[in-house]
Amino acid sequence: MATSEKMEYRGQIHQLQKDMMVEWYQKLNESALTGKPPAVSLMISGNCIELLEAFDLLPLYPEVNALQLAIRRQSLEPILIAEEMGYATDNCAYVKADIGAMVKGITPAGGKLPVASLALCNFVGCNVYTKWFEHIAEFQKSPLFMLDVPFLRTDSPSKDDIAYVVRQLHDLVKELEKISGKKFDMDRFREAVRNSAKVEDLWSQIKHLSKKKPSPFDAFFDCISLMGPLYVYRANPRGVHFFEVALKEYQDMVARGQGTFEKEKYRVVLEGPPPYPFFRTFRDMFAKWGACAVASTYSTVGGLWEFGFRHDPAEPFEAIALHMIENNVTNRNYLQRYDQIRKYVDEWEADGLIIHFVKSCRLFSAGQGDMRDYFTKELGIPTLYLESDIEDPRYFSEAQIKNRMDAFFESLGHAPARTAAQLSAGRAGSGIPMVPVQSPKLRVLN
Amino acid sequence: MEVLSSNLERTFDQCAELLRDLTFPTVAAWKQEHPGAKVIGYFPVYAPSEIIHACGMLPVALHGAGDGLELQHADARFGSFICSIVKSTLELAMTDRLAQMDGLLFSTICDSARNLAWVIKRNQPGIYVDFLHLPHNPNGTASHVFLASEYRRLIGHLEELSGNKITDEALRNSIAIYNENRRLLTRLYDFRMEHPERLRTWELYVLMRAGNFIPVETHNEWLRGVLEELPGRTGKKRDAIRVVIEGSFCEQPPLDLIKVMEEAGCTIADDDFILGRRWFNADIPVEGDPLMNMAESYQDRSVYSSVRHDFRNPRHKQLLEKVKHAKAQAVVFLTAKFCEPACFDYVLFKRELEAAKIPHLPLEFEEKAYTFDRFRMEVETFVESLLFE
Repeated sequence: MATSEKMEYRGQIHQLQKDMMVEWYQKLNESALTGKPPAVSLMISGNCIELLEAFDLLPLYPEVNALQLAIRRQSLEPILIAEEMGYATDNCAYVKADIGAMVKGITPAGGKLPVASLALCNFVGCNVYTKWFEHIAEFQKSPLFMLDVPFLRTDSPSKDDIAYVVRQLHDLVKELEKISGKKFDMDRFREAVRNSAKVEDLWSQIKHLSKKKPSPFDAFFDCISLMGPLYVYRANPRGVHFFEVALKEYQDMVARGQGTFEKEKYRVVLEGPPPYPFFRTFRDMFAKWGACAVASTYSTVGGLWEFGFRHDPAEPFEAIALHMIENNVTNRNYLQRYDQIRKYVDEWEADGLIIHFVKSCRLFSAGQGDMRDYFTKELGIPTLYLESDIEDPRYFSEAQIKNRMDAFFESLGHAPARTAAQLSAGRAGSGIPMVPVQSPKLRVLN
Repeated sequence: MEVLSSNLERTFDQCAELLRDLTFPTVAAWKQEHPGAKVIGYFPVYAPSEIIHACGMLPVALHGAGDGLELQHADARFGSFICSIVKSTLELAMTDRLAQMDGLLFSTICDSARNLAWVIKRNQPGIYVDFLHLPHNPNGTASHVFLASEYRRLIGHLEELSGNKITDEALRNSIAIYNENRRLLTRLYDFRMEHPERLRTWELYVLMRAGNFIPVETHNEWLRGVLEELPGRTGKKRDAIRVVIEGSFCEQPPLDLIKVMEEAGCTIADDDFILGRRWFNADIPVEGDPLMNMAESYQDRSVYSSVRHDFRNPRHKQLLEKVKHAKAQAVVFLTAKFCEPACFDYVLFKRELEAAKIPHLPLEFEEKAYTFDRFRMEVETFVESLLFE
């Protein structure tokens, strides 16, 4: 039976998060008006915010602009503008919303957004990034820096992979010196990396708290709220403070036995990005069933920290290279993602997996039918496959998604609980090479 | 290897038959002639065939399945909004049609193709599947060094698979043979540009594509043979517009669609069909370190492509140069449905062409299409608008 629950717990960190993100947009507005501090646009996946922090440069994330437009239901207009410019209906709508908004001066928060002093394309897995940044550079007349990160096509990065990225990072430092007018300061860089390591440690502790029953937060929806500070403020003491508050809040909830919902009925793992134009609607569909996401792959786009990786201040350039190559979901290969999800289902003790195919993002979605095949047939894990889009409201069919979701949870309610032995038995038959999610060679902060 | 007919028409027909045959008969014949030797199939757009060849293996360029295969498995695995070639390649693998391949190579061209590599790896656990990271940062020398190391990694796997050691000498020899192949293709492209009535595009296309499935030495013989015959060939000039085709570098349009374009009044002066076969615009140097030569050529002497990023010389500028060089009046974008790299590039191509007042026609195809009435009408209308403007 479905519960009538709609609201979930919202603590003080949600307000704190909002305040910090509003402040970031104010800084972007100021940068647009005065040119100070200069802004650098970069991508979320495996972002190297630590280098920007070391130069007091302001990060400008086109993806965050796009999702903000969608969540405020403002994405369709810029998407249509972009399609008039020649973008195809099949192009990523994140790009279309961002470019359409850029050429028409539409901003999600109403203020102004600066022209990037540098379009820093940190190519981490997503091939669309390369086109997106080429277009940003072209339309804004911003200089373009292409940071080419080798895809993780082996179990762990080779010395050549790391050396290639580190060489490019040194080239990037020269560019950042020019833009900021500041000399590179190794001590400041190390300090930024140290902050990141602290944040990553706090974030990782938070993500392991959702193993508790009930989970004190939703590792999909709530983590998306936390991801703003994680990418904008990670290398800054304010980020450390924010995640200290967040951890404390969730630990207190655990101590009180308080969960996301009054009664947590189902625990699921979510794969794929959200439908931002219908974020609230989508969330309510889970809330209706008391279904809490205890882990999600989307929350590891910017970095994968819950399995031990931390930026190492002793070797900060190598740490950034390792973060970009190996420690974010987008640059890891597809089977490593299967493995990551399998670990979530096992260790976070989930009842099922929900795969959300989004039309825009082929990095996430191409092949998710095979993923479903693996989880249902090889592992025997109840799996629901949904289709819509991350940004384009035209691809969300509310009634259809709701029906599928209702049927899934209804049947989950009747399914016998799986035992750990059943899970292992399912795994034994898989054709997947058992690659550890975390390479033993990785530096782990004690 | 079967010798082609001395009659040109028959030669082109034989090539056309070859590319329709999903049993890869020439590959089977090669394996019979070379007991124990291995075959490496590669997904478009580019792969360093020289390295595979130097290891005593046969490189086979895969280009989907056209309309010759009904999808039974791949649709469920790749779902909506994914291009045909990704699905048909998976279908080929899952229906054992790639059983002759001992390995499959993929590279950094787009997100769908990359995920395909790993889905095939899971569903075909018995074969060697690898993924090459072809670099995207053309500035400085870091990319050369990296790509040479990536080639060395590949060599390690191929040596293990084949049991052969690759020497620098063997690599230089392979580079020279592939240089020859590219030079011959360039001569054919030049001939077609000059005398389109004597070498139709569909003929050039099937001749070039046949090279995907046969040893490069044999392909060189075929190309030389055709080049010798061509000067004696005649053809009638027709009322047509000269166009450049852009966007068919990966998934290939059906052969009949290329014929329809020619019949509807397009003289195709240049194109990007099977671009990987003509990847370099100059020879790869034979002397010196072969892997560094290959890496440097990839970065500095490659043709432009929607899947290779070189911001020093943007694609949209290079398309204009191509149009000028081909003395073309228009560009036809022949883009595979759901091909994200091509769709993105169209935006800047379009802007540039409009600024230069060069007309263009965007068309979208799927490799499995088999009726072309709508295409014919669109192309005819476009051609007429230019012929009688």
